[in-house]
Amino acid sequence: MKGAGLMRSRLGGFNWVLGAALAALTGAAQALSQPWQLNMTEGVTETSRTVYGIHMLAFYVCCVIGFLVFGAMIVAMFKFRKSRGAVAATWSHNTIAEIIWTVVPIAILIALAWPATTVMIGMAHTEESQMTVKVTGYQWKWGYDYINLGDKPYHVHFISRLDPQSDKTRQLKSGLDPFAVKQGNDQTYLLDVDHPLVLPTDTKIRFVVTGDDVIHAWWVPELGWKQDAIPGIINDAWTNIHDPGIYRGQCAELCGQDHGFMPIVVKAVPMAEFQKWLDEQEAAYAKANAPLAAPAPAIPTPAAPPVATGASAVPTAL
Amino acid sequence: MAIHAAAHYADHAQDDHHNHKPHGFFNRWVFSTNHKDIGTLYLIFAFIMACVGAAFSGVIRTELMKPGLQFVQPYFFNQMTTMHALVMIFGAIMPAFVGLANWMIPLQIGAPDMALPRMNNWSFWILPFAFTILLSTLFMPGGAPAGGWTMYPPLAIQGGNSVAFLVFSVHLMGISSIMGAINIIATILNMRAPGMDLLKMPIFVWSWLITAFLLIAVMPVLAGAVTMLLTDKYFGTSFFNAAGGGDPVMFQHIFWFFGHPEVYIMILPAFGIVSEIIPTFSRKPLFGYQAMVFAIASIAFLSFIVWGHHMFTVGMPLGGELYFMYATMLIAVPTGVKVFNWVSTMWGGSMSFETPMLWAISFVILFTIGGFSGLMLALVPADFQYQDTYFVVAHFHYVLVTGALFAIIGAIYYWWPKWTGRMYNETWAKVHFWWSMVFVNVLFFPQHFLGLAGMPRRIPDYNVAFADWNLVSTIGAYGMFLTPIMMFLILRRSLKSGAPATMHVWEGTHGLEWTVPSPAPFHTFETPPVIHDEDLAHGDITH
Amino acid sequence: MAQAQGAYYVPHGTRWPFLGSIGLSSTVVGAALWINETTPYGKYLMAFGIACLLSMMFGWFRTVIGESLAGIYSKQVDTSFRMGMMWFIFSEVMFFAAFFGALFYARNMSVPWIGGEGDGALTNFFLWKGYTPAWPTNGPGAIGGSFESMPAWGVPLLNTLILLSSGVTITIAHHALRAGRRTQLLIWLGATVILGALFLKFQAGEYIEAYTKMNLTLGSGVYGSTFFMLTGFHGMHVTLGAIMLSVIWLRCLKGHFDKDHHFAFEAVAWYWHFVDVVWLGLFMFVYVL
Ligand code: HEA
Ligand code: HEA
Ligand code: CUA
Ligand SMILES: [Cu+2]
Repeated sequence: MKGAGLMRSRLGGFNWVLGAALAALTGAAQALSQPWQLNMTEGVTETSRTVYGIHMLAFYVCCVIGFLVFGAMIVAMFKFRKSRGAVAATWSHNTIAEIIWTVVPIAILIALAWPATTVMIGMAHTEESQMTVKVTGYQWKWGYDYINLGDKPYHVHFISRLDPQSDKTRQLKSGLDPFAVKQGNDQTYLLDVDHPLVLPTDTKIRFVVTGDDVIHAWWVPELGWKQDAIPGIINDAWTNIHDPGIYRGQCAELCGQDHGFMPIVVKAVPMAEFQKWLDEQEAAYAKANAPLAAPAPAIPTPAAPPVATGASAVPTAL
Repeated sequence: MAIHAAAHYADHAQDDHHNHKPHGFFNRWVFSTNHKDIGTLYLIFAFIMACVGAAFSGVIRTELMKPGLQFVQPYFFNQMTTMHALVMIFGAIMPAFVGLANWMIPLQIGAPDMALPRMNNWSFWILPFAFTILLSTLFMPGGAPAGGWTMYPPLAIQGGNSVAFLVFSVHLMGISSIMGAINIIATILNMRAPGMDLLKMPIFVWSWLITAFLLIAVMPVLAGAVTMLLTDKYFGTSFFNAAGGGDPVMFQHIFWFFGHPEVYIMILPAFGIVSEIIPTFSRKPLFGYQAMVFAIASIAFLSFIVWGHHMFTVGMPLGGELYFMYATMLIAVPTGVKVFNWVSTMWGGSMSFETPMLWAISFVILFTIGGFSGLMLALVPADFQYQDTYFVVAHFHYVLVTGALFAIIGAIYYWWPKWTGRMYNETWAKVHFWWSMVFVNVLFFPQHFLGLAGMPRRIPDYNVAFADWNLVSTIGAYGMFLTPIMMFLILRRSLKSGAPATMHVWEGTHGLEWTVPSPAPFHTFETPPVIHDEDLAHGDITH
Repeated sequence: MAQAQGAYYVPHGTRWPFLGSIGLSSTVVGAALWINETTPYGKYLMAFGIACLLSMMFGWFRTVIGESLAGIYSKQVDTSFRMGMMWFIFSEVMFFAAFFGALFYARNMSVPWIGGEGDGALTNFFLWKGYTPAWPTNGPGAIGGSFESMPAWGVPLLNTLILLSSGVTITIAHHALRAGRRTQLLIWLGATVILGALFLKFQAGEYIEAYTKMNLTLGSGVYGSTFFMLTGFHGMHVTLGAIMLSVIWLRCLKGHFDKDHHFAFEAVAWYWHFVDVVWLGLFMFVYVL
């Protein structure tokens, strides 16, 4: 998968047959899906790359088995045609063959399940994170709460929804051109928001995900996983982003009429820059809430917001 | 009373001419107790529903042809997605299989009819009513259900008045399926001609015996699940509400306890069909008869313990995810045994490629492709990326359309001459096949790419990067929409002017159904046939 | 020919199922209109549907009984009926399994998780702080307000004894039938019906008590939901079973059965035992534990 990086930049305005073949082989990582894209993104985290590896492994295994099975069928169809005078044999069993094609698949399955298990154990390990972000799905927007960074509690909360340009364009018979919705060179139709989720790179970030009304799912392909946002339940997941950049995703669980219109944008920046941004937000929050004083109603949930007790109270062992 | 009744039935016996069909439309079709007529009714109903479901998918594919919303509001789009799936699954595929079971099981086991003929009539006649109720929601204020065929709460119970109609129509479908399945089991276990031992039955019969068991086991669970939806919406219960101590995910567990066996309900009879067709046109006994039976039974057993693979992203405990991954992957083994056995049946045969064989071969290849993507989905880390994308949509259309539906079409071509006594036009039937074969792949193969590139399912509009493959997919869909019309014309022409079929129809046939004349008389096997081993399906049944 | 003893009887044409379909669909459409409160006529449509269903059953069973008495049915037909009934009961078992599943899930998964046990620590911390898991519960939202749970050792225990003895009485009746002792049959079968009715009376009393005195309703969170769904569906089955038993009693009175031909009796007896066993499950998991 080394070649992927080299190919990546070449895949811009390509002759699609060639490009398709290349992309199929390399699964070039893209911040944004490309026209005619064939394969999964490799993503920008350790996890997403291993996931991509498992995906490709499974794909190749299927290709090989498919080659053998379909190959045998095609040979049979040519060799054993009645029109070529083939006479039917009368045998109808072969114990050795039957044992082989029971045992070999089992072995193959174990070979696939093994790495998958290792990755899963790693993905489930949300402890020892350096910061926590709470994600809440609403019909049809996302709410983000920065709970803590290191030991310090934060009260930053904002709502993130579809950008106005996409929103105008996506109305029924708007007559507007989806191809005209752009951020720089990126065609961001339905994949842009007003307030992106800003995250630091090279930091283990824990997400606690929930829904406010119905089930949503938070998914940014570059991070390598999705997690359902279920009302009344908290799910957790983690990421550690290597490369700064803008990563786009979408709600991935049917949540009503505007399910297709609640995208996710993650803006990953180096820690220093992030720290600065977060402190600014916190200051703005403090100013806005100065007369009110704590406890901050940062999280619209029925129970007491945890920020009131300080983030150090979020047991890291949870 | 007793004497009176006896006299009454004695009266009846006088005008019972057993090879004459009842007079009058209502007597023949509405009040029928004849397994062949009821089978025909099921098949006609399934055909109509397939067209309705296809029309809904036409709305879906047309809206998805280009980015931007051109034709329908998102909410209506969701109604189309939901209704498309419900109609296809419960209205087209399942009734089509039951129709085939009705026609063929008594013929294949040498029974005079289904075990409970009156109930058979009821199983069928509930369906048109159930679907009238379901489809009528489209015309109600607030529209049809729009929460997906999986009906996950809380979304599903946000729907308006349609929720009650949805729940009740699902109840009716369930009642119909359960009665149909009971009838099939009783027929197979109780009505076999002497000498037709269980392990001598055609594989199609075996596949239906096991499918019927699955149906009786899981349709009531679906009924329970939707009943809880109903009470959560209308009667204040808290099954799926965390504030009351319930959990939205609980619905998903109950639903998929039904839902996963359900997908095998839609594929096991297809396995049975293919296991009939391939030996016939290979002129060679089915490879590994007992292994085939055993594989079907293992798949059925496993299907009860893998439901969690639809819920990998709901946040199950790690142990649960691992368990469901391993169990799911295991299904590849017995399914593989079936695939290898079909290939081995072909190997060393003397093959010819009449239309049913073409459908059967394409089934083996395309179903296997669908199975491969299923296996990929079973790998939890990868599923975190695939889940709820078009990759899943591609997976299940390969197993459902090129799996279940193709097998049904193949079965219809295979047994049609036996049913009607007339051949169809082989050339046109091959055109139908190749046309479907090409367009179905144009339709669904690109959906793998879309899913991998990141396109979620159940969305009416998408980023422009997905435009090209969606256009390709829609073109494929438009090609597919011509296929029911083709099929209808081919079959109608056959009915009107097809060449008469011989008793054996195909050269390599085995089994009791080919020992009755074509068309099969209104009543067959009124006295049980004497079974000779060479009449049995596809010879060697000792392995 | 087919009517002759020994061959399989295939009836020719039947109108009852179609009437039944009209009945079923009118019932559910009526019910849907009713609970949606879209028209005031829903309940009338529902009543019409139920009437259709009742007349279907009446007519259908009358036909079948007539055929049976006329000696049209062979052993093989009898076996079909038996299999039909057995698999029908199996489907009923699975229907109850869905609700038992919901009960187990709520008690062993969702309530503990919401309360912070197992994998639920974060859920409890962020959303439901202060809620400690318990059973019975109406959840952290205290849906339906505070309520009393149903004690096991009063009426439910009595009802357990009633149903258990009804299982005994129906078995005695069955033996009487096989021994050809009609009076005994009528007495013991009658006793079974009475026990069933008694059960229902006590359960109705329990429900009234729950709704009027204990504030325990369908809306009392997941405890109320599972309690009433399980016991309610069970009660409906007892009602149905009691009606079937009464019909069978009348048929015994008319002398429809002899010691070799009494499938209908046995079918209802199986059904009654099934209702009995479900009750034992309920008593254990809904009341005692
Ligand atoms: C007929 C229907 C049918 C069938 C037969 C299958 C078969 C399989 N399915 Fe599929 N599935 C569906 C219908 C079906 N499915 C539907 C409708 C959905 C979506 C529901 C919804 O959300 O709306 C779904 C979704 C679905 C998911 C959830 C995806 C998600 O939502 O994230 C998963 C995950 O594990 C899965 C797995 C499998 C597997 C492992 C099989 C296996 O049975 C496949 C086994 C077959 C093979 C593997 C090929 C042949 C084998 C060999 C040649 C042997 C050698 C092979 C190997 C060793 C690899 N399916
Ligand atoms: C068996 C089931 C079945 C069948 C046949 C189909 C067939 C098709 N489906 Fe279906 N589809 C589902 C089951 C099925 N689908 C399910 C379960 C979902 C998920 C819904 C959800 O998310 O909730 C879905 C979702 C789904 C989507 C995703 C929607 C979304 O996520 O928003 C799309 C989009 O392209 C689609 C398209 C199509 C198309 C173009 C066909 C075409 O193949 C249609 C062409 C077919 C025909 C024209 C019929 C041919 C029939 C005959 C020739 C007659 C045969 C004779 C007899 C039956 C007697 N389907
Ligand atoms: Cu939110 Cu889909
Ligand atoms: Cu499944």
